[in-house]
Amino acid sequence: MLRNLAQFIGRRFVEFVRYGGGASILLGETLFWIPIPPLRRRQVVEQMSKIGVDSLPIVSLISLFTGMVLALQSAYQMQKISAEIYIASLVALSMVRELGPVLTALIVAGRIGASITAEVGTMKVTEQIDALETLATNPVKYLVVPRFLALVIMIPLLTLYADVIGGVGGYLIGVYKLNITHAMYMKMTWQALRYKDVYTGLIKSVFFAVIICIIACYEGMRAEGGAEGVGKATTSSVVTSFILIIASDCFFTALFYFLAP
Amino acid sequence: MIEIINVSKSFDGHKVLDNLNLTIKTGESTVIIGRSGCGKSVLLKHIIGLMRPDSGHVLIDGKDITRLDEKEISAVRMKFGMLFQGAALFDSLNILENVGFALIEHTNTPKAEIAKRVKESLILVGLKDIEYKKPAELSGGMRKRVGLARAIIVRPEIMLYDEPTTGVDPIMGDSVNDLIMKLHTKLNVTSIAVTHDMTSAYKIADRVAMLYNGKIIADGTPDEIKSTKDPIVRQFITGAGTGPITEGIDFEHLV
Repeated sequence: MLRNLAQFIGRRFVEFVRYGGGASILLGETLFWIPIPPLRRRQVVEQMSKIGVDSLPIVSLISLFTGMVLALQSAYQMQKISAEIYIASLVALSMVRELGPVLTALIVAGRIGASITAEVGTMKVTEQIDALETLATNPVKYLVVPRFLALVIMIPLLTLYADVIGGVGGYLIGVYKLNITHAMYMKMTWQALRYKDVYTGLIKSVFFAVIICIIACYEGMRAEGGAEGVGKATTSSVVTSFILIIASDCFFTALFYFLAP
Repeated sequence: MIEIINVSKSFDGHKVLDNLNLTIKTGESTVIIGRSGCGKSVLLKHIIGLMRPDSGHVLIDGKDITRLDEKEISAVRMKFGMLFQGAALFDSLNILENVGFALIEHTNTPKAEIAKRVKESLILVGLKDIEYKKPAELSGGMRKRVGLARAIIVRPEIMLYDEPTTGVDPIMGDSVNDLIMKLHTKLNVTSIAVTHDMTSAYKIADRVAMLYNGKIIADGTPDEIKSTKDPIVRQFITGAGTGPITEGIDFEHLV
């Protein structure tokens, strides 16, 4: 019994180390191939449109509602101490520092990470990745690099967009429901925000982009066993990305809190 | 010349190739036969460097490809053309981009020239006017032919075929065999095919080698293989349900 437990823990640990190692090697190879020409501009733009433009509706919807909910929830508390005007600051700071980057990353991980794993995984199980190699084309350069560049560019942009839309959500509730004046709401928003709040959020979003890309591609490239294997890889890709995004968010928040309070 | 010397490969402790030796002369058409899952495709992937052996060497024209780095191995791969079992066409690209892939990726050939070469390759495999279709719109047999066209566009010296007749009807299978023979003579390539389809093996092979338990257990001309006394080879080529290969395996429950 005890021995089985030890074997189980040992096996999971080895798997964990192997996974971490494999994903790190993929990240290293991706960074190595980025500066090596050709820069497949067409593919990068295609991916950017898929990741960025096509994600706008869902990002808009979720950020708008989140901003509104934030305003309503805080109003519930703030009204007790007659401090409703601080709702503007609260919504702006929460969106820019935390919810903008994290929600955007989670949406993209679910929407795009899953589709990248499914696509790359299908290519793996139908030997298309082997075919790329036989045609003397490196799969990392051909498949991972364009997606990596597109994600690293588009996720911070989407994050900025989510910040703004979240603010609009808060504004709608603040001005039209809680009767804060337009001028006051804007003033409280700008007063609370500092550049640091915006760029720490954007730094986080770049790391989230790296996580989403590497996990999605790695899971796809190690998929095996036909359709079932691709399905499993896709689930695992989304779950792993979610966990890593939340865990690294906690790490970065703590880091920025202590390094640049 | 391709020399496979003492190559071993294991997956999860299961030995798929076991000190395997095989030499394939330039210009020869060799067919490697064996049961499904016996490691034929693995052997093929070692020849083109998609897999590296746990031990042993694979020499292509005297160059050990198990020791080459990424860049050198890419150069060696340009000598090869490979037809995959399911054709492995790129779903996201149309037929023109699929067939012309190597030219688009690795040369500065002008677009018009690429289109011309793609057309020629497609004609060689008996297809035309499908350049702007997607692979999903083609039948299994057509996909195989497109896969062939993609492999031959760079004028390879060595062609590898992974189960060329699997997944197509017998008539299309025979026309794929004819095509392999035509390419062999017309383009003067060394051909290596792995298959369990004996009709195909007899038709396209100058030489047949049988892979069993990780080793080459028989090697000879189709006639020599047909008249072999080796009970294992005999059972395989005649497709008998009982014999040394299936000894101890009870198929009763399947009946």
